[in-house]
Amino acid sequence: MKFRANLVIGGVLFAGVIIAGIFAPWLAHTDPVMDANLLYAEEPPGSEFWFGTDAQGRDIYSRVLHGARISLTVGIVSQLINTVIGVALGLSAGYWGGWWDDVVNGLTNMMLAIPSLIFALAIMAILNPGLTSLLIALGLTNWSFTCRLARASALSLKSQGYVQAAKVLGYGDIRIMLTQLLPNMLGPIIVIGTLGMGGAVLAEAALSFLGLGIRPPYPSWGSMLSDARDQITTAPWISIFPGLAIFMTVLGLNLLGDGLRDILDPQARTRRA
Amino acid sequence: MNNSSNDTILKVEDLAVHFPVGGGLLGRSRRYLHAVDGVDLELKRGECLGLVGESGCGKSTLALTILGLQEPTRGRIVLDGHEVAREGMDRKARARIAQMVFQDPYSSLNPRQTVRRTLEAPLRLHGITTPSEIDGRIAEMLGRVGLRPDHAERYPHEFSGGQRQRIGIARALILDPKIIVLDEPVSALDVSIRAQIINLLLELQETLGLSYLMISHDLGVVEHMSDRVAVMYLGRIVETGGWETIFTNPRHPYTRALISAIPDPFKRSRGDKITGEIPNPLNMPTGCGFHPRCPEAREICRPSPVPELQEVGEAHLVRCRRVHEIAAPRGALVSSG
Amino acid sequence: MTGQPILEVENLRIDLALGGKRFPAVQDVSFTIDRGETLGLVGESGCGKSITALSLIGLLRDPLMIGGGTIRFNGREIQNLSASEMRKLRGNRISMIFQEPMTALNPLSPVGRQIAEMFVLHKGASWNEAEKLAVEALASVRVPAPERRVKDYPHQLSGGMRQRVMIAIALACGPDLLLADEPTTALDVTVQAEILDLIRELSSAKGTAVLMISHDLGLIANMCRRVGVMYAGRLVEERNAEDVFRSPSHPYTRGLVASLPQLGARARHGRQRLKEIAGVVPPVSAFPEGCRFNPRCYASTERCRAEDPGVTALGDGSFVRCHHHE
Repeated sequence: MKFRANLVIGGVLFAGVIIAGIFAPWLAHTDPVMDANLLYAEEPPGSEFWFGTDAQGRDIYSRVLHGARISLTVGIVSQLINTVIGVALGLSAGYWGGWWDDVVNGLTNMMLAIPSLIFALAIMAILNPGLTSLLIALGLTNWSFTCRLARASALSLKSQGYVQAAKVLGYGDIRIMLTQLLPNMLGPIIVIGTLGMGGAVLAEAALSFLGLGIRPPYPSWGSMLSDARDQITTAPWISIFPGLAIFMTVLGLNLLGDGLRDILDPQARTRRA
Repeated sequence: MNNSSNDTILKVEDLAVHFPVGGGLLGRSRRYLHAVDGVDLELKRGECLGLVGESGCGKSTLALTILGLQEPTRGRIVLDGHEVAREGMDRKARARIAQMVFQDPYSSLNPRQTVRRTLEAPLRLHGITTPSEIDGRIAEMLGRVGLRPDHAERYPHEFSGGQRQRIGIARALILDPKIIVLDEPVSALDVSIRAQIINLLLELQETLGLSYLMISHDLGVVEHMSDRVAVMYLGRIVETGGWETIFTNPRHPYTRALISAIPDPFKRSRGDKITGEIPNPLNMPTGCGFHPRCPEAREICRPSPVPELQEVGEAHLVRCRRVHEIAAPRGALVSSG
Repeated sequence: MTGQPILEVENLRIDLALGGKRFPAVQDVSFTIDRGETLGLVGESGCGKSITALSLIGLLRDPLMIGGGTIRFNGREIQNLSASEMRKLRGNRISMIFQEPMTALNPLSPVGRQIAEMFVLHKGASWNEAEKLAVEALASVRVPAPERRVKDYPHQLSGGMRQRVMIAIALACGPDLLLADEPTTALDVTVQAEILDLIRELSSAKGTAVLMISHDLGLIANMCRRVGVMYAGRLVEERNAEDVFRSPSHPYTRGLVASLPQLGARARHGRQRLKEIAGVVPPVSAFPEGCRFNPRCYASTERCRAEDPGVTALGDGSFVRCHHHE
């Protein structure tokens, strides 16, 4: 197989974030929330505090590691919810057509007309800030692309001979969707899902930055950036490192998505031998 | 004609399929495309009925309706003694009676399933769950269609077109159905592979006592495989009879035109060719649907209604008002030479 | 036969570049077409018949390229012509019609304009004259009401009508050679018969030579005086059309003729089991050593597996490429 730079770089970056998140309690030097010590406030990066400390004297290195947990949880879980909703609606709409298709289409167009971040903002304003609310807000607002993709794939796949054959063999509609259609549209859906995950990480950061996501003192990258606003000229490391973490994670996910698109391209997979 | 006897496996009566076309949104009058328009058909146990016609004649829609992939607008379908509509026959029950072999061996197999999964899933669905029985049925079926047992673990892209068609045939046979609809079973295959599949289908028909409804535009294949032939034009059957009758003594001008349109390698003339194109089915001619292209058309052919099928010989029906005035073919069209 | 042939192809080789390697998709193909003559090329998908036609008008695209041999058109070698010189030839002196006319026609331009374009491009006609000539051209391919049809877009026409438009475009400039690649495969039989008659009549009226390509042996024999049979990139047999059916020489041709259900055969002889050709058509990357048909041949010997057979002349310009014919 050809060497694919985007797949490898994206994979390494994303794997790094996952490792950081999983092993944060062991890799971190201090507790990200409790170990505030005003004696060491705003220390620049050095041998003791690798990324420096913030205004409360907390170790930024440890907080960035723990922040990976929140970002990953939000990215993966909310995107999973989006994907399940999008695939369920799109697949069934494309396969069944008729009035159900009209309903799903209307819903999708509505979702596309409202900027998803604004929608999430509104949901967060109603719910209490916190991780669960964040997952709900981001998981309900970003399924329209997946839905469109699933619907288009279902429309083109349902006329394939093997789908007709499954009907003739007596398969029920749900079984046909799950065993015949879904596996054949999974490639592009994984790609969209990966790219969407990067979007969710950014959205979490934005919401937390605005104070509607993860509340301080919990170390979300977005809330860390928000806290660091006032020191951006005096102690730039407080904002640089969480910012860099967001940048690397989103870049990694986008490269990974692009790389997956190349290898999951159905044309390349089902090429006639 | 009306007593449905025991040796009839499939009976279709006055079947029609109309598709709404365009418009239709809130009150605007819908137009209907009459894809199949009053077809009567009988398939006997163990016989092969060839269904012939050009694109848009309704032969594929007719087949899909028989299999339950298309809702009929009106008419009766009786599968192996069960009237589909009245008994509310479900997909699974229908699946055990009638199956289908598709034209394109590439798009008709799920690229993400091994041959084993393709054959195993329907068995499980229909209540055969013992692993040993499943393995036995799959191995037996692969053997019947000329594949090796180890082929079961492979994916479709590892096979050639001919082998894929064998897999498609195995899938159609795995539930032991009685009727197989063959939709252009060899036309997508390489020419040098077609004989293998035709021979296989004829062998299977004999050993398993299958009944075939074969759709094809290749008259050579139809003549070779069919016991009876039905010719369709614009949603209606225009001539039906035994294969020998149809090929040596065709009486409908359209059937004659179809036969004479096949290029003869020895450049013999087979009769009159026709001109013009198949009319837009949304704008059907009055009277006989074929009259605008028919070399024998006269004034009598134009007025409504559609001419009836009339018997001109033993089990030989022709839908033509002038059938007794048109000269019998000069000699037999195809038996010379 | 007068003068020099319109087309002479000698030892044509077409390479397929695949994963850093070059495979000969077409090799040692030689044939000539006389002025006004119709030559048929018959073979299965992947035998190289279509890319042979494309190579004649410089339409091969990566990963396919001419790997050797000469193509002489009107006595002039054209295999190395520059793109601009080839453009002058293409559509003007050599033209081509394809299987699916919809993909060969511009969907956004009325068909009359697409025909007129040929006169403007190659004959220096003004658009006004060209539009008039386009109506005549449509009439010549027997499109009813041509003065109205010229304004139609391709999607408004039936498959048969579109193929007529393609023929009108191809024959607009009175080319010396028409390449017809499966021109009727996508059409219904009754329409096919009309299109074939049209090609036959127009080419003989204008003295256009035709290279007719098809997988349908019966069609090729019906349309052509001489027939070349291709298998796995080789011309394995070239014969007079009737001889191909009556007494095929190459085992592959014999197999093909015997394996097809011939219309009328059952009525004459009863239903006989069709003779099968074993095996499958090999892909270009796996052409066998020696004679390329040997793995599927009933007469295959040690020599067929080791040594590539040369050409054996059979008289009157016919030949066969088989060890058993020496």
